[in-house]
Amino acid sequence: MAVSIDDVRHIASLARLGITEPRAAAIANELNTILAHMDELAKVDTAGIQEAIGVGAEGLPVRKDLGPPFPLARSHDAFAPSLRDGFFLVPRLSTHESTEES
Amino acid sequence: MTARSCAVVCEETAAGRVTAADTVNEAVGRAREVGAGRDGLNAFVWRDDADALSQAASLTDRLSDTKPGAMLGVPVAIKDNIATLTLPTTCGSRILEGYVSPYEATVVKKLRAAGAIPFGKTNMDEFAMGSSTEHSAYGPTKNPIAPDRVPGGSSGGSAVAVASGVVSIALGSETGGSVRQPAAFCGIVGVKPTYGRVSRFGLVAFASSLDQVGVFGATVDDAARGLGVIAGHDPMDSTSASIAVPDYTAGANVGLKGLVVGLPKEYFPASLDPEIRRRCDAAVDRLRALGATVKEVSLPHTDLAIPVYYIVAPAEASSNLARFDGVRYGFRLEGEGLRGMYEATRSTGFGPEVTRRILLGTYVLSAGYYDAYYRKAQQVRTLIADDFRRVFQSGVHVLFTPTTPTPAFPIGAISDPYEMYLSDIFTATANLAGVPAMSQPIGRIGGLPVGGQFLASHFDEARMFTAAYALERALGAEALA
Repeated sequence: MAVSIDDVRHIASLARLGITEPRAAAIANELNTILAHMDELAKVDTAGIQEAIGVGAEGLPVRKDLGPPFPLARSHDAFAPSLRDGFFLVPRLSTHESTEES
Repeated sequence: MTARSCAVVCEETAAGRVTAADTVNEAVGRAREVGAGRDGLNAFVWRDDADALSQAASLTDRLSDTKPGAMLGVPVAIKDNIATLTLPTTCGSRILEGYVSPYEATVVKKLRAAGAIPFGKTNMDEFAMGSSTEHSAYGPTKNPIAPDRVPGGSSGGSAVAVASGVVSIALGSETGGSVRQPAAFCGIVGVKPTYGRVSRFGLVAFASSLDQVGVFGATVDDAARGLGVIAGHDPMDSTSASIAVPDYTAGANVGLKGLVVGLPKEYFPASLDPEIRRRCDAAVDRLRALGATVKEVSLPHTDLAIPVYYIVAPAEASSNLARFDGVRYGFRLEGEGLRGMYEATRSTGFGPEVTRRILLGTYVLSAGYYDAYYRKAQQVRTLIADDFRRVFQSGVHVLFTPTTPTPAFPIGAISDPYEMYLSDIFTATANLAGVPAMSQPIGRIGGLPVGGQFLASHFDEARMFTAAYALERALGAEALA
């Protein structure tokens, strides 16, 4: 299952990472080298073996779906890159970029 | 030179012979003396000595009406991926440049409640992804024993803070060996508790089914005291267990008669460095002399741990690190539209190793590859956990192994990512199975420390500490020679 440069472009897009063409080729090589070692796993007979779910003695407990959220020591404007009226500001979606800012 | 032990600082502070401020000043002086800052060993990336002194002063003021805590006046270094209120939390990454957390990790809160003073944030491989502390946006950390060599990673800064005598206790985090491996490389003690033993609230997530906060100590006793303070259930972390925390120092002077120690043969392959084997053999002889029964056991799926780990951990990381997108906190770089901003921010903010692992994780989770890689890895992980369960159910109390296949390697010596991943070959299994493990010094090779590792069954850290205390006593100065 060799990773192609197209695969790298695809997964970079899924991961929201901008990758240059020369870097995409290098990453394809790196991933192929790493994944070659993972092929060892294909030789293991795992028929009927349950996938690991939680590793503690108690499995994976789920917290009750209750609030309240914990109080913050400083407000969002102390660390948000861009904030207005308590809302995080982000650039417009490209499909809306021709519209005027309201 | 090591810092005064936790027990001594507590006792002297409680008796009024020293103040917490004296101890903090000692740490500041020692940090200066060894060059622990960015232009030296690069152990600390953020420090505010005035704030630490102010916390120490307020502790002294409170002493008259407060019961002395288990960490009274003890400065503790904190890894840069554990949230603190007064110092930045940047995970060694440019993407969190300037970020100061609006909340505090439970482990830090517990340390402060016990009288400890957070003393600086320590350097680390970016987002804890690395085994050498070379992959930090703030440059590599150097091993104080041989400054041309790595301290191990990813918690290398915390290990160096203890090994260079600045502090006696430091917090790190473990995903595949990030406390035990640097502890072995720097000649100190490093503990990874059972998955669920310590709250992760405020630990920046890397791989959530593996991550645990761990403790470094100059000695077994320092580490035992550190873990005793931070362990326990936390309602803020649903994966923390409601299981009573024993006194880990109770085994300090206990013999090993009746203890069954397993030596997993897969951790002593024919290719193992003969000098490391010799140090392990000497340690095992001491365990026998202390009354322990030693027997060979098998953990047959050990050699699959690295392939499994490097599928599961990057897969979880690719999801956890999706939150770093320039919207709510940290670094932002504008691009074309919203998507351009995401891509510019993440491509510039993350370093090459983090980018590689996010891509690897995204690939193994993507349509067409999930079953072949991720599902398969999770099935083999079950086999690895079953290996441990079977051995501990057979009457073995603790396992003993080398912590690492080699001593600390030179900075820049390993450029192949998979070769670097193999540094974790003896440590990643404990994270995959969720069992506790610890490393302690068992000697040196050409002046470089060698670590021996104890592993125990889930929540049986106390027995592991009993064995470690006894081995430390028996080895004495030989552990550091």
